[in-house]
Amino acid sequence: MIQPDFAAVLADWPLLLRGAALTLALTAVATLLGLALGIACARARTHGAAPVRALAAAYVELIRNTPFIVQLFFVFFGLPSLGVRLSSEAASVIAMTLNLGAYAAEIVRAGIEATPRGQLEAGRSLAMTERQVFLKVVLPPALGRVWPALVSQIVIVMLGSAVCGQIAAQELSYAANLIMSRNFRSFEANLVAAGLYLAMAMLLRQFLGWIGPRWLFGRAAPSRS
Amino acid sequence: MVEFSVWQILGNLLLAARWTVALSLIAFAGGGTVGLALLAARLRGWPGAGAAVAAYVQVFQGTPLLIQLFLAYFGLGLFGIDVSPWIAAGGALTLYASAYLAEIWRGCVDAIPRGQWEAADSLALSFGEKLRHVVAPQALRIAVAPTVGFLVQVIKGTALASIIGFVELTKTGTMITNATFRPFAVYACVALMYFALCWPVSAFSKRLERKMRRDR
Repeated sequence: MIQPDFAAVLADWPLLLRGAALTLALTAVATLLGLALGIACARARTHGAAPVRALAAAYVELIRNTPFIVQLFFVFFGLPSLGVRLSSEAASVIAMTLNLGAYAAEIVRAGIEATPRGQLEAGRSLAMTERQVFLKVVLPPALGRVWPALVSQIVIVMLGSAVCGQIAAQELSYAANLIMSRNFRSFEANLVAAGLYLAMAMLLRQFLGWIGPRWLFGRAAPSRS
Repeated sequence: MVEFSVWQILGNLLLAARWTVALSLIAFAGGGTVGLALLAARLRGWPGAGAAVAAYVQVFQGTPLLIQLFLAYFGLGLFGIDVSPWIAAGGALTLYASAYLAEIWRGCVDAIPRGQWEAADSLALSFGEKLRHVVAPQALRIAVAPTVGFLVQVIKGTALASIIGFVELTKTGTMITNATFRPFAVYACVALMYFALCWPVSAFSKRLERKMRRDR
């Protein structure tokens, strides 16, 4: 058996740090865009006209039943033949956004459907428009109800972004691959990357759990147990 | 450059889909067995077992499956074992699935009221009897829908095995792309193939879930 040598991997810490930073940056952008897309699709599926509903449902089912790596390859390798050239980072963000959007749509929809009828009626009786009722009455508590599920999904997307290294987005797994191609310490490089991903997943979960009630759906959101 | 007709592409992908299905079944069966063992260890209440299983689940749910595959592939090689992609992919996906299944089933067992355990205790049932006659029949009913749902995750997870050289649907798609330079059509076909595999399973899981909610 070969002696493991972690020092050789850790000596390249700037690479790992830059990789981790890009992973977090990709995740941050995809989270913001993906949540917006998910909320839009959830609204389309609960309030939209029949064709819009069908379109949103088709999108959600198509994404949820295909692997992320195939979605990524389709965006990065497939779209250029339609004349859309994308950098690997742009392709990564697009694929992550589309992926998160579909899962978030299902999660948010469950939150919206759990809104008590009386709340809608109360909003309408205050002469709010349908749009105001959705944005001010329905959405904030709906997000509050399903926030833990959304946080889990965002963490899954962050971990899934390890695949983006395969199209040369220089995120954390790409950094690990680069290090192992330099010093052949493949096991150690991946173990260090795994440790970093684990730490990032735990921190991201803590951070989102903290920021959600403060920024997204307000402290006053009813907490249901 | 090789000329492939769409039918030849579809035919080759269809043949490759066999390996996706085979790997999924291996991972699901292996993961189910290991997951059951983890669940049993936890229910037994051995000192430290609960914390150990929780840490195991945390590690596998908190790291990318891709890195897990790399670790299995390179890690076994470190011991001088010549690793075939079958062993690395099958092993890594088994451990991955076991962590998720152990967690899903834990939730199902926890959903059973405490009184049921106490009633079983007061009837002096052994651990095995308690599981067989009291806990399992109730937990299984709740567990079926999410377990079938997780099968979809496993099928999609096998796509990552392509990166460590396991020739399944995604890898075949990449190889055909390299030969034909038609990534748009090929990856669309690959995606449709996965959809054809996963969608019926998803729909079945959803139906089970609805049925269960109605029965309650």
